[in-house]
Amino acid sequence: MKHNIFATSVGILLVGAVIGVLAIMLQKMGNPANMGICVACFERDIAGGLGLHRAAVVQYLRPEIMGFVLGSLIAALAFREFRPRGGSSPLTRFVLGMVAAMGALVFLGCPWRAILRLAGGDLNALFGFAGLAVGVFLGTLFFRKGYSLGRSSQQSSVTGALFPLLILGLLALALCFPQAEGQPQSGPLFYSLKGPGSMHAPFVVSIGCGLLIGMLAQRSRFCTMGALRDLFLFKQFHLFLGILGLFVAAFVANALTGGLHVGFEGQPVAHTDNLWNFLGMVTAGLAFALAGGCPGRQLFMAGEGDSDAALFALGMLVGAAMAHNFGTASSGAGLGPYGMHATLIGLVLCLIIGFAHIKRA
Amino acid sequence: MREIDTRGLSCPQPVLMFHEANKADSASPMDVLVDNEASRENVSRAAKKSGWTVTVKDEGNGISRLELRK
Repeated sequence: MKHNIFATSVGILLVGAVIGVLAIMLQKMGNPANMGICVACFERDIAGGLGLHRAAVVQYLRPEIMGFVLGSLIAALAFREFRPRGGSSPLTRFVLGMVAAMGALVFLGCPWRAILRLAGGDLNALFGFAGLAVGVFLGTLFFRKGYSLGRSSQQSSVTGALFPLLILGLLALALCFPQAEGQPQSGPLFYSLKGPGSMHAPFVVSIGCGLLIGMLAQRSRFCTMGALRDLFLFKQFHLFLGILGLFVAAFVANALTGGLHVGFEGQPVAHTDNLWNFLGMVTAGLAFALAGGCPGRQLFMAGEGDSDAALFALGMLVGAAMAHNFGTASSGAGLGPYGMHATLIGLVLCLIIGFAHIKRA
Repeated sequence: MREIDTRGLSCPQPVLMFHEANKADSASPMDVLVDNEASRENVSRAAKKSGWTVTVKDEGNGISRLELRK
């Protein structure tokens, strides 16, 4: 049997810890506070950078996301785990991705950022994390009843490689059209001049961290949703060690570098409407659970050739764009005008998808 | 011989299928077919935790047969 050191308890714990330290380092080097890494926020920024939404403060092609996919691709190729696959309810996965992004942007963060917000002392994230846990728990109830999106099948190498190729295209765009000093546009790309989108670590640092995390996560199967799901379904702590490592390392790094500010008010890129922090993440958590992975894990699987996971990621990109176009995304000032509507409609949609895919009585 | 085919399914379903089979009969041998490394690791981990010895046979084309014995 092949031995994978990263898939051991110590391995996954260390991977989480490395991600935690890198996230705080990215914050110190320019990424927004408590947002060293946030897959939902960064996909929202990419949507803005491509002009899919025009919220001026969140536009930037985040290199971390590109690194996640390409790092996973490199690791999968190196360890002969690149497997082109797909065909397991693709459109359903796309819609789950949209719902997940919209729910996460009501809370203002994916599970990764929920943990980073907690590690920075943002107590509002307690409600977001509790919502995530409830959403994932609901998902496990569906799995216990026989929920399945069906089997995937082997696909052509081109199909498996298309998403990483799209990401390479993004990388080429980012390199060809870097931000010009003080300009909101460079060629086809949009850049933020203020707000979270204007705050970023140097390109090389961001892509380097992204690549490293992509490789480590591919090897260790790091998944923030799976951490909770496996705990609820199997009382299995393995993946939970990953998010524990992430939290502890980020907390300690924050404490050592003055990044710890405990409280509810005045937290960076966060609001205090905690009912909707909770409910937004219930919706997102259920969507992640039904789709079989947190937003990071979906990117890593997409890098391994899983075109269903790639569709989920593209759904998140579109959902994040719509969240800003339709006024459902929150901001530091509070909920968007239609944030509650999106949360509840998304939750109902997830429940319909869940019940519709229960395979046995 | 029981054979549980988890090919094409992703987590948590392969592990759930193992648990279901293990609940029905936790002694007689079973083989579990998996087609990805994550499932191989997850099913092996769950089986070992339930007291099975796991032998992995490579069936080619990315497919592994996990022979679960007690």
